Order: sequence, then C-alpha cells, then structure tokens
Amino acid sequence: MVAREQHGPYVVLRCEDPAGPRPEAGQFYMLSTAECWGGGEGERPFLPRAFSVLRAPADGHELHFLLQDVGPGTKRLCELEPPDELLLVGPLGVGWKLARQERAPLLVGGGVGIAPLAILQDQLTQAHTTLLGFRDAAHAAGAALLSNPRLATDDGSAGHHGLVTELLQDRIRDDPHVEIYGCGPPAMLEAVRGLCEQTETPGQLALEAGMACGFGACFGCVVATREGYLRLCIDGPVLDAAKLMTAMSPGAGH
Amino acid sequence: MSLTFCGVELEHPIINASGTFDALAAERAFGEQLTEHFPFSAFVSKTVTVEPRRGNPPPRLWELSGGLLNSIGLPNKGLAGYLREDLPKLAQLPVPLIVNVMGFSAEQVAELVQSLAPREAVAALELNVSCPNVETGLIMGADPQELSRLLGRVRPLTDKPLIVKLTPNVSDVSAVARAAEDAGASALSLINTIRGMALDPATGEPWLGGITGGASGPAVRAIALAQVRTVRDAVELPIIGMGGVQRGRDAADLLRAGADLVAVGTESFRDPGAGSRVLAELKRSLGTACNQR
Repeated sequence: MVAREQHGPYVVLRCEDPAGPRPEAGQFYMLSTAECWGGGEGERPFLPRAFSVLRAPADGHELHFLLQDVGPGTKRLCELEPPDELLLVGPLGVGWKLARQERAPLLVGGGVGIAPLAILQDQLTQAHTTLLGFRDAAHAAGAALLSNPRLATDDGSAGHHGLVTELLQDRIRDDPHVEIYGCGPPAMLEAVRGLCEQTETPGQLALEAGMACGFGACFGCVVATREGYLRLCIDGPVLDAAKLMTAMSPGAGH
Repeated sequence: MSLTFCGVELEHPIINASGTFDALAAERAFGEQLTEHFPFSAFVSKTVTVEPRRGNPPPRLWELSGGLLNSIGLPNKGLAGYLREDLPKLAQLPVPLIVNVMGFSAEQVAELVQSLAPREAVAALELNVSCPNVETGLIMGADPQELSRLLGRVRPLTDKPLIVKLTPNVSDVSAVARAAEDAGASALSLINTIRGMALDPATGEPWLGGITGGASGPAVRAIALAQVRTVRDAVELPIIGMGGVQRGRDAADLLRAGADLVAVGTESFRDPGAGSRVLAELKRSLGTACNQR
C-alpha cells in the first residue's frame, strides 16, 4: 500500500502492483490483507473480497480501490495504512465495453458503486454525462473522485433532492441517443435496468455478488439471466442490461 | 516426492479437491502461466452428471468463522457436453486427469463409468456418493449395503481406479469404508463437505437458495483429521485426505493420520496458487523433520 485517503465515509486504498497486468475499466480484484485475515488465529474475514478498480493511473503501477466499512472484510481493509501489505488477485472479469455504439455515454452510479465509473471516465475519449446518487451530503463527498458529476441525495442535503434515477429519466427524455453505464446498489440498478427496458436504451450494468474465488472456480456468484445462470466473476461483473430480467440478485447488497 | 497412486504416477502428493479448482476457468483468468506451472500433481474435475444441471438458486455462499458454507448444486454440462467440450481441453493438462462423477441411480453411475473410463485422457474416476439414490431414497455413501450394490454394478465395468469419495455425514464412516473396500474400490477420498445451514440475519430465513449447504475450510480440519485416522484404521486402501488444508503443516498432519495424497480445496478460492504453496511448505516441513531426526 502506498496511500490511504478518506472521502467522507469512503476510504480509497492506493497500492502498487508493479508485476501485474493493468486492468481494463470495469474489471475487479479480490482483496485481502497479508496480516490478520483468517487462516491463523483469526476467524472472519476468511474469504477475500471483490472490489472494482476505482482508478489505474496510466503513469506508474498504482491501483486505487474504493471501500466503505460495512462488515468484517471491509472493516479490516479500511484499517490498512502504508506500508501494510495488500494481497491482490486480478485483474479479473469482463469490464465495460467502451463506446461500442454511436451513442453518448451516460454514466449513473450510487454510493460506493461509483468506483468503476471513475476508471471508465479516465478511458472514455468522447463527451459524456455523469449522474451520481448518495444518501446525504456526507456520503456525497465521494463525488469528488469523479469529474463533473450531477448529484442527487436522498435527503436533499446536496444536489437534487431525490433519486439519481429521476435525473436519469429526465436526461433520457431530453436526449434518448445515449448508452447507459450503471453501477450502484441493487435497487438503483434495477430502476436503471427498468428504464433501459422501457426506453429501449442500451445499457451496461456492473453487478455485485458474494464471491469465494473471483476466477470461475467456485460457481458461487451466479446471477439469473435470460441465458440462465452466469458466473458474475468471469461472465461479468459488467452485463448487458438486456440480458437481465432483474438486477435484484438474491444476496447482493448484503 | 514422486509416488504411485493406484498405478498412476504422480510428481508429488498434493492434488485438488473436486469442484474447488476449475482448470479451464483458471486458464481464462490467469493465462497459460497457471497451467504451465500447474499447482497440483493430478487434476480432479468438477462433478459430471448424466444430464446437464443448472445448479441451485443463489445465494450459494455464506462465509463461516474460518470457513465456507456452499450450496452450489453441481452445475455442469452433463456427460455429453463434458465429453464434447471439456475433456479434449483437460486432456492437454500436464498432469493426470481424475474425473468426478455422480449418478442418481446405480445405472446412471454405470453409464458415466462406461463412457468415461475407456477414454485415454482419464486416469481414474472418483465417485461422488453423497447424493440420494432416487430408487431407494438412501444416500449411496451413507449406507454400507447401498454402496456395496453400487460398486457391485460399476466395478466390473473398468480396470481403471475407482476412488470412492466418502461423505462425513454418517454415524460410522469406518463401516462405509469397509463396504467400499470389500466391493472393490481402488481408493477412498475424504472428507466431503459437512452439512450445515445459515440464517439470514435480516429475515431469520435460510440464507442459501438450497436451504442447507456443505461446510468446508479450516473450520472442518479437525473433523477431517479424525475421519482420515478412523478410516486408516479400518481399511488397507489408499486414502486421499482433505478438509481445511491451508498450509504444509495441515497436509503433513493428514499424511501422518494415514492419507497417501492430500487434496487442497477451499484454500484455492482464497489463493489460486495454494496448491504450489502447500507443496513447498510440506517439503520444507518434511526436510526439517528429517534433519531433526
């Protein structure tokens, strides 16, 4: 680890991975700590945790991850300080498909799910719009990690008072010629998926599922799709919205 | 550390537990580097059934204190899909291939054995007997007579090694082990996962889509060690010991308890290179033990 930054309730871990391949936008790593992570005397956490890459600056070997302390794994990871060691397995999975349509990218994210939109912004070459939703102004501190976002908060303490999907709906009405890139809590993603379906707008959604391995071995992270169960770790985590009947996968957002 | 197991030459005693390492998916994720330095001396593939299976509804995983509860439900392409798509690729691996199979009746197991055993790429078969026989309702591996009947049906079908994977969810594992030996099993592997359950703290309802699941990882290590010791005392057959192996020391313990090979399972989820690491640690610990003598 080379740095730990605090952004409101969120923590950015910056580490160096000089030997590994550089990630593509939307790919993820399995993270755990070298010390005090199961195995020895400790109990939970036991399995590594999956995190999308927040940013992978082109100069150097740094990888940035965005975390929020919500359970035993994230709690332990949020305690890290340089020069503690972080164990990485990755880059893993299939990320965003960049501008495959002649459509303006429309990025929509919520909470800690804004992470893969930052690296996506870094890699997009055309003009795009970014809409972010947070619980309140304190959480909206995470918005500083992205460029030029429009904000919505549940309590109205920053930006639009209401849901980010309301901003999204307005935006699609004004300019339907967009492709949506979404990541956030399951209820938000399901609303985004519903909008994609209703307005026949192409969309890519970065989903989450509990994973034991991250590389296709355990078959534990499946989500139901129109093509049957897909392993989110090697067939995702980014899936076409049209493949999904719902983005509310059992066990996600837990 | 090379050895012969049921007539199959192996470079060392560390293999994978079925369903915990997908050689083809690992190659997709990590490239050829992984298959060139393959972490195991043999590859045990995920369970193959006659018909394709989707697996259980999610959620399929629950983290335990020092372990994992899973309810995956044996998703696989079925026998025809395995023969057509997976076997040709797995035949290219640099180590012998052991195919794990499961049937819901003795006839289904017979079909799997008859189709797979003659293939040159298949070094041995491992029989997953932790499921109910739909004709009798009994778990094949939990009842000595049921297991005898199964082996009586499939043993004459091949000269290749038939490894019986025992379930720990029995009252007397030595009775089942002796039945397997008497009916012609070539080796035994143990332990399979231990039946368990988790409740969703938010709703109080079962968390896993499959309601109950199988516990694995370091949380079950002591149980595995005791079962291997019990089976070692009951039979002469070679034993593949597994359950919670994370370090060379754990592998050494299973070998001391009577195992001939040791399988790494859940630890490969945490560390895809766990097989190589456990072997290196095992070599070091055995070297140290010899020097001390």
